[in-house]
Amino acid sequence: MKGSFLKTTIAATALLAAAGSAWADKANDTLNVAFTKELENVDSYFNSAREGVVLMRAIWDGLIYRDPATNEYKGNLAESWTWIDDTTLEFKLRQGVKFHNGEAFNADDVVYTVNFVAKEENGVKTQRNVNWMKSAEKIDDYTVRIYLKEKFPAAIEYLSGPVAIYPNEYYAEVGPSGMGLKPVGTGPYKVTEVVPGQHFVLERNEDYFDGPKGKPAIGKVDIRTIPDVNTQMAELFSGTLDLIWQVPADLSERLSSMEQFTVANESTMRVGYLAMDAAGRTGADTPFTKLKVRQAVNYAIDRKTLVSALLQGKSQVIWTACFPSQFGCEQDVAHYDYDPEKAKQLLAEAGYPDGFSTEFYVYRDREYGEAIALYLNAVGIKTDFKMLQYSALRELNMKGEVPISFQTWGSYSINDASAMVSQYFKHGSLDDARDDQVLADLNVADSATDPEVRKEHYSKALKRIADEAFWAPMFSYNTNYVFTKEVSYTPTADEVLRFATMTWN
Amino acid sequence: MLQFILKRLMLAAIVALTVSFISFSLMFLSGDPAAALAGETASGEDIEAIRTLYGFDRPMLVQYWEWLGSALTGDLGQSYYFKLPVASLIADRLGVTMTLGLCGITFALLTAVPLGVAAAIRPNSFIDRLSLFMSVAGQAMPSFWFGLILIVVFSIKFGMLPPSGASTWKHFIMPTIVLGYYAMPAIMRLTRAGMLDVLSSDYIRTARAKGASEVRVLFKHGLRNAIIPVVSLAAVQMGFMLGGSIVVESIFALHGAGFLAWESIGRNDLPTVQALILVFAMFYIVFTFLADVLNAWLDPRMRSS
Repeated sequence: MKGSFLKTTIAATALLAAAGSAWADKANDTLNVAFTKELENVDSYFNSAREGVVLMRAIWDGLIYRDPATNEYKGNLAESWTWIDDTTLEFKLRQGVKFHNGEAFNADDVVYTVNFVAKEENGVKTQRNVNWMKSAEKIDDYTVRIYLKEKFPAAIEYLSGPVAIYPNEYYAEVGPSGMGLKPVGTGPYKVTEVVPGQHFVLERNEDYFDGPKGKPAIGKVDIRTIPDVNTQMAELFSGTLDLIWQVPADLSERLSSMEQFTVANESTMRVGYLAMDAAGRTGADTPFTKLKVRQAVNYAIDRKTLVSALLQGKSQVIWTACFPSQFGCEQDVAHYDYDPEKAKQLLAEAGYPDGFSTEFYVYRDREYGEAIALYLNAVGIKTDFKMLQYSALRELNMKGEVPISFQTWGSYSINDASAMVSQYFKHGSLDDARDDQVLADLNVADSATDPEVRKEHYSKALKRIADEAFWAPMFSYNTNYVFTKEVSYTPTADEVLRFATMTWN
Repeated sequence: MLQFILKRLMLAAIVALTVSFISFSLMFLSGDPAAALAGETASGEDIEAIRTLYGFDRPMLVQYWEWLGSALTGDLGQSYYFKLPVASLIADRLGVTMTLGLCGITFALLTAVPLGVAAAIRPNSFIDRLSLFMSVAGQAMPSFWFGLILIVVFSIKFGMLPPSGASTWKHFIMPTIVLGYYAMPAIMRLTRAGMLDVLSSDYIRTARAKGASEVRVLFKHGLRNAIIPVVSLAAVQMGFMLGGSIVVESIFALHGAGFLAWESIGRNDLPTVQALILVFAMFYIVFTFLADVLNAWLDPRMRSS
């Protein structure tokens, strides 16, 4: 970390200086927010960034809305929906809704959006979010049907998340790059300025319908991209920012002792885990093809200490190949409590009394990776630590050249186990287990329409993954939100900033 | 003189071509661009489809030739990340970097040259010690640290200057100082050494002997000769500033071309990185070329070499 001394200096100076500063832009009714990463395109189908999800929820609406507190599904642009059969959903649409440019919302918009994004050659960035839909059909102006390619019970969850409805006439005219520069939606905020990657200005949609998101309270949201977290803090101290998020744990701790800021911590759906080459893709008879070695790895990691010392906040210990709140994420699976002696014993039984050496790949959170490597070293697994860019590691992974790696997955905030376990255990190019039994269960669970049947088969698959120790799931991530006392906001567990629920104190 | 310029121009063109080729090939060694483009959720088939679509499956030389051809006509391709033309993306951000670079080098020259001259006039005096101290501090202090200290003092403590952004001239004050300060020490020391050398030479003694005023001696006879190596150095520093203002741009959230380069490397945004390397290299080459010409104009001896 380049700046822990710096942070101390800044925090200390700021403490002294802050007393006299003028705060926030409550007077102008403008909330100033920082993004850390440059967003490639505001069009939510053409970015895969967290920042994009945040803007999407403010600018557009989906047909369905999931209450982030209760996980209950409510109508948003749709008033109600029914399954006609296993692959057909019918929606009754809300009437009287207008897009920001004045275009009236009706069935044509839904049909156009669905047909556009479902077509693979249109190049939606995250295909999994849309490729379960085949097409949409207008029944009348306010009734529409969506046809699925095959049975897909998580459809409702996806429709409440990434599938935003666009205005047909405007989108046909400007396309994704035009939409990215001048976005038009039905959402609680309309966009008045976009400087690609750098600056976004949102204004309250005065005509916003009386939907489940609620009417926005704050008049204007001014978002600037400030890559350096120290600079973000300086802006916060000088009163030119009101809210920052994804703030590292050590900084948040210091900020929380300052009375003019609120620090809120919430968990995210991102899970950190070790993936191991159980299928022997790196070579037959390699250590990780042996169950006892994989179990030894699981016993070698002190998850509780990782959570309490490194991740902190609302992070939790994870034992499953999914995030606990996700539908079907069985929690009653084998636990491997920290036991280095047992790990050594298992390694000896597997034929490695003196341990062995392996390459260990990491692509983010170097400090977590190093802590994990130390735990592995302690039981005799000597690691050759390799830090790579995500794309480079992914490439090696797909070629089957990675014996063990520290991976994370955020499930795109989709609250269904299919978004994680089915992503990795269905014999795809990233599947290092290639287990037929798991595949069979996931195939049933992913396509059954009866929730109980789904639960049962996810449970079977997840239990087997834990018993066979294909992965070593470790912890979930958390994130810190810091905002001035002028602002009132309750963050949700899905790492999405919801401007519409923020108010001035 | 014309022959000298032509020779230098040829050399510059060869260097530009070499740099563009090296940058093009380097990016191919750094990972599979198709996998990077496809993103987190793509399958093997998706990646293969992208490989064919973007033509990554063709021989590298063919791809280079094609890229160079369209680059010469101003078409630098489309950014994989922003899906916008690279040329307009760079044009948007180059303004900030250019402004910053020019302000930085001007600041450096305006402070470093007078200090260097003053130090040379009175070697080992207080002013000489002060300038030595400043140059040591400038070389030793990392720019991210210096930048943050300025922010703490001028934005947080006194609330005089905005901490980040690029919307008004006030936003450029701190970045200019940070960037310029880094280039200052070398210019100052070189001015001092050059002046000391020149001031002890025979023709200065002659100038003084024939009764020329001290100002005339120092500036007309002294500085004009001592400044020659400084011009070359300033040109090199200017090129360095344009490409090397990444840290400064990131601290002050300036979103210039340097920052774009840094981010694009992380995103494997091949067309943007290639275009930026080309643009930076061209700047560097142009500045070096101009410095050579300027030097030759200032010092006729250089034209023959």
